[in-house]
Amino acid sequence: MVDRAMVPCRPCAEDAGRMTTAIHVRGLAKRYGQTRAVDGLDLDIRRGEVFAILGPNGAGKSTTVEILEGYRKRDAGEVSVLGVDPGRATRQWRARLGIVLQTANDAAELTVRETVRHFAGYYPRPRDPDEVIEKVGLTEKAGTRIRKLSGGQRRRVDVALGVIGNPELLFLDEPTTGFDPEARRQFWDLIKGLAADGTTIVLTTHYLDEAEALAQRVAVIARGRIVAEGDPATLGGRASARAKVTWADGVVETDTPTRTVLELSRRYDGEVPGLAVTRPTLEDIYLTLIEAPK
Amino acid sequence: MTTQTTVTPPLAAPALPSVLALGLSRAAVETRMFFREKDAVIFTFSFPIILLVLFGSIFAGELEGTGITVSQLYTAGLIGAGVMGAAFQHLGIGISVDREDGTLKRLAGTPMPRSAYFIGKLLSSLVVAVLEVVVLLAIGVLLYDLDLPDQASSWLTMAWVLTLGLAGAALLGIAVSSVPRSAKSAPAVITMPFVVLQFISGVFIPFTELPDWLINISSFFPLKWMCQGLRSVFLGDAGAALELTGSYELGKVALVLTAWVVGGLVLCLTTFRWKGRRDG
Repeated sequence: MVDRAMVPCRPCAEDAGRMTTAIHVRGLAKRYGQTRAVDGLDLDIRRGEVFAILGPNGAGKSTTVEILEGYRKRDAGEVSVLGVDPGRATRQWRARLGIVLQTANDAAELTVRETVRHFAGYYPRPRDPDEVIEKVGLTEKAGTRIRKLSGGQRRRVDVALGVIGNPELLFLDEPTTGFDPEARRQFWDLIKGLAADGTTIVLTTHYLDEAEALAQRVAVIARGRIVAEGDPATLGGRASARAKVTWADGVVETDTPTRTVLELSRRYDGEVPGLAVTRPTLEDIYLTLIEAPK
Repeated sequence: MTTQTTVTPPLAAPALPSVLALGLSRAAVETRMFFREKDAVIFTFSFPIILLVLFGSIFAGELEGTGITVSQLYTAGLIGAGVMGAAFQHLGIGISVDREDGTLKRLAGTPMPRSAYFIGKLLSSLVVAVLEVVVLLAIGVLLYDLDLPDQASSWLTMAWVLTLGLAGAALLGIAVSSVPRSAKSAPAVITMPFVVLQFISGVFIPFTELPDWLINISSFFPLKWMCQGLRSVFLGDAGAALELTGSYELGKVALVLTAWVVGGLVLCLTTFRWKGRRDG
């Protein structure tokens, strides 16, 4: 082994202001036979943000992400990931990315520490393997063969391998599918920790609560295009949508829920039985967005 | 493609690890994984060893008028088959599994140069093959009075026959790994033709017993030539009379095995898939 410094270092910290765009996509298109999987997609992801890509199966989500990761060739459009065209991926460029794929069952006979150390050797400026193992919460399992880990622990190894190269940009593809609720919460904390370190994170997920918990911005892909994009709290006019006030004896949709509640309070002379004020959930908005006709 | 809104160039990029260093690192990891997976170890090693013990025990006689025992003949043949198994079968199945379990896709997403993966596979199959040869030789010497060659030239012949044979078989194994539709079908798809090849290449059955058309088929593949080269090492001049042409044809052995190394390399470069069929 070549003697290389295994010191974790923040990528380009002093230079962050100059480079604000992590991913820039214009008019991306990809077809499989007669099917237009991606059909004129535009996307901008800023450095340092957690960006979630939502969309039903077959909407073009995976194809888009795999083009960004350099796994697939595009038919048309302009793509720049960390300033490089992923269609012309080089080792230098790959060294700046981390990719956590959907499913993998590889390296089952190696221990966690052996695997993470081995992958560290691929990168010019890796993080310290033991620190990474600690960060993903596997210190106690470091000497265990991967075959013997639970599904959630395996996923943590995947994340460890995704971040071992100290990436500027991390892709997470449906990272918590199949997790129990507690494991998901722990996993979210891990991702929040990475985001706090300044890593740009692109997350694809089926779980809307996950997107809402982790992402500063989300984009919904349907029929090969972005149909909505923005802060998960305001996506698709969510914040300004009419609120629904329900109570024991009725339900009202209104733009002024506070006034309604005050009136109700007067009418009942105090507590309103069964009172609830709700706005559309991200899921309601999402379902409307992906069903909307062109 | 004129609007370049992103500015990047990495700050003075530190040097990437060298291909050779990563190839060796892959070889270490591959070998370690192989020996930890008991099923694979047994599958790869036991076949030629069991067959050698079986055939050596059943056919204890001498070949007429040569002073060569049948078990000596089998030792030579099974070393060839064992080396081909360590390369062709081991790599063919192993890479099919790597393709399906996500190893290849994960590696393709890292800055590891792709050639490092192949260097690792080739070196790990070299380790397996060398061990296999040592075990088979030990069995031959201890149980069946096999005489180890006493001339340096014979050892030299063995070295180049095994090196060329291993390289060709390994490249063929890498190429054939793209054939099975899934990792589950890989052992069957890859082992079956290999077993057939052993039967028609003079490993178990002497060529004198085979019809011409089968000999013609086997003459196309490397195993026949590997075994022929190895017979020249272990059976010596007395055994040459048993060959179809009355000679070991070492020049031709070298030619055919070299052709397979070149052909295997071309086949790998043109047909290798980093993606599984389901990945599209």
